[in-house]
Amino acid sequence: MSIFIDSDTPVIVQGITGKMARFHTKDMIEYGTNVVGGVVPGKSGETVEGVPVFNTVKDAVKETGAEASLVFVPPPFAADSIMEAADAGIKYCVCITDGIPAQDMIRVKRYMRRYPKDKRMVLTGPNCAGTISPGKALLGIMPGHIYLEGNVGIVGRSGTLGYEAAAQLKELGLGVSTSVGIGGDPINGSSFKDILERFEKDDQTEVIAMIGEIGGPQEAEAAEYIRDHVTKPVVAYVAGLTAPKGRTMGHAGAIISAFGESASEKVEILSAVGVTVAENPAVIGSTIASVMR
Amino acid sequence: MDIHEYQAKDILSKFGVDIAPGALAYSPEQATYRARELGGEKWVVKAQVHAGGRGKAGGVKLCSNEREIQEACENMFGRTLVTHQTGPQGKGIYRVYVEAAVPIAREIYFGLVLDRSTQRVMIVASGEGGMEIEDISMEKPESIVRSTVEPAVGLQDFQAREIAFALGIDDSMVPQMVRTLKGCYRAFRDLDATMVEVNPLVITHDNRIIALDAKMTFDDNALFRHPQISELRDKSQEDPRESRAADRGLSYVGLEGNIGCIVNGAGLAMATMDTIKLAGGEPANFLDIGGGATPERVAKAFRLVLSDDNVQAILVNIFAGINRCDWVAEGVVAALKEVQVDVPVIVRLAGTNVEAGQRILAQSGLPIIRANTLMEAAERAVGAWKNDLKLGVNVRAV
Repeated sequence: MSIFIDSDTPVIVQGITGKMARFHTKDMIEYGTNVVGGVVPGKSGETVEGVPVFNTVKDAVKETGAEASLVFVPPPFAADSIMEAADAGIKYCVCITDGIPAQDMIRVKRYMRRYPKDKRMVLTGPNCAGTISPGKALLGIMPGHIYLEGNVGIVGRSGTLGYEAAAQLKELGLGVSTSVGIGGDPINGSSFKDILERFEKDDQTEVIAMIGEIGGPQEAEAAEYIRDHVTKPVVAYVAGLTAPKGRTMGHAGAIISAFGESASEKVEILSAVGVTVAENPAVIGSTIASVMR
Repeated sequence: MDIHEYQAKDILSKFGVDIAPGALAYSPEQATYRARELGGEKWVVKAQVHAGGRGKAGGVKLCSNEREIQEACENMFGRTLVTHQTGPQGKGIYRVYVEAAVPIAREIYFGLVLDRSTQRVMIVASGEGGMEIEDISMEKPESIVRSTVEPAVGLQDFQAREIAFALGIDDSMVPQMVRTLKGCYRAFRDLDATMVEVNPLVITHDNRIIALDAKMTFDDNALFRHPQISELRDKSQEDPRESRAADRGLSYVGLEGNIGCIVNGAGLAMATMDTIKLAGGEPANFLDIGGGATPERVAKAFRLVLSDDNVQAILVNIFAGINRCDWVAEGVVAALKEVQVDVPVIVRLAGTNVEAGQRILAQSGLPIIRANTLMEAAERAVGAWKNDLKLGVNVRAV
């Protein structure tokens, strides 16, 4: 089993009529993802790539039985769309949108707490490349062909750096169970710890690869969780060793503003709990391979 | 986005926070005139730059007559102020704020930040005002009071009271303190700030609570709904290359090294910088050109990277997912034909249609050094620079 999505999961795309969303909807369908519809207010009755468009997520869920959603809505409206998905009973939501105001995300996270934990939607992102379970389904914007199906669970903040890791694994003949992007924003739906918890329980995942970067406490929190709860081998890479303090490196969340947020401190914290750290991005694949044997 | 102290004070005062009377000046003459208008016997002249630590760096002067104000201003205007927050290049002083001096009985540190652990707004306060919060947390961690704000209801009176009592504020002034704290919180929330810092918040001898300094940082992603805040942007306080990049939709951070980087994706860009360092070089910049590596974007990126005179080689690292390598390669070729590039260019492409991309680069007839892996690219970039250095060619006139 993969985590979050498989080949049967019915998926809708919020904001499906946008140029990027259309392109990736086509790509996801070609990959084998069970895309069953889209949502754009006021565009009910249209079709995109052969799937129907609905006015509301509730309508889409009622008509198609959708369980997962991909949010492609522009930043000013994205938080609203995520909350709409949560309220309509979507179980898993990926938000691709980059540039959502931080306080909007604080409100989203608060809003989601109104649902009991077992009924609460899981959100990954925003500002991420999405989630892929190779050979089964793709919910995002990553190039599917660089992933082989296999036993490595990948969780990371960066899109293209995640591709780099997957491509290195493919080169070595190794595959991926699921790759989850948690995004580069300071306030995100799921943390490293949340995803590690899933991989630990997932039968298909044998090794977990964690790709972090400077800024924020989530790598350190993950280290604590790994020490106490994770039995599978974990490999990590942390980007930003050369990043100066106090400067935002592209991702809104990639800024060293407190103790423990630099790459070298994170590497130290992760190493201390037994995580195998890849010393540079060129050896992420080979480091994963080394713990598999 | 950062704003100046006088702007932050103006905002906070609109939310019920008391400030000392003050006025802005663009010249020494204007500053003395402002002091006369304000009246009183003592004034503080404060350099307006986007950085803390101004006092220690000579950017804040207490003056007791017009001559002193004139002198203080002459020492500030046109100078660059170097504080521990500005970096060695410092920030230019083009505006000063003249403020009536306040009789201080006590200084308090007060800040509001986005706390990434709780994913909420957090209040941080300490009785050790005037010190930097980093120093307080190192030297007097027990003096720090923290409280997180429940986003659905906002900062409550009881929370503000708890902070006031924890700081040992006199009972009679607690309501004033509550009004001040809640005002700062509302400014933070209503205007999409990511940081509000009042350091120091002072209690005067006549029992007033006044924000003596104020810093506010705003969420760039939320500026679309606050045009009045966007207007406060002061480009004189930004690195000109970084603001030019931002205006072109590129994310750029200038660094000290000499290997320029052009990369798609923030994480990969940081990883590329790290690999250059590992290969024995120093990155000249962080540059994320984003998802669509169109020829126009790549050309803009080359121009931007080359505007740094220290750059002696350029490493292009693109992992094409959404975009295809052949398309990216065409962009690189077009950019190199358009932009005068006088340093070695190393290109590493990966992802969709990589073979076609490599072919386009090879057949372009341009002196592009190709690499297959990230490590190889970094080694070749550092190698090309060192080789040029040895041969004495291609070293750019600075």
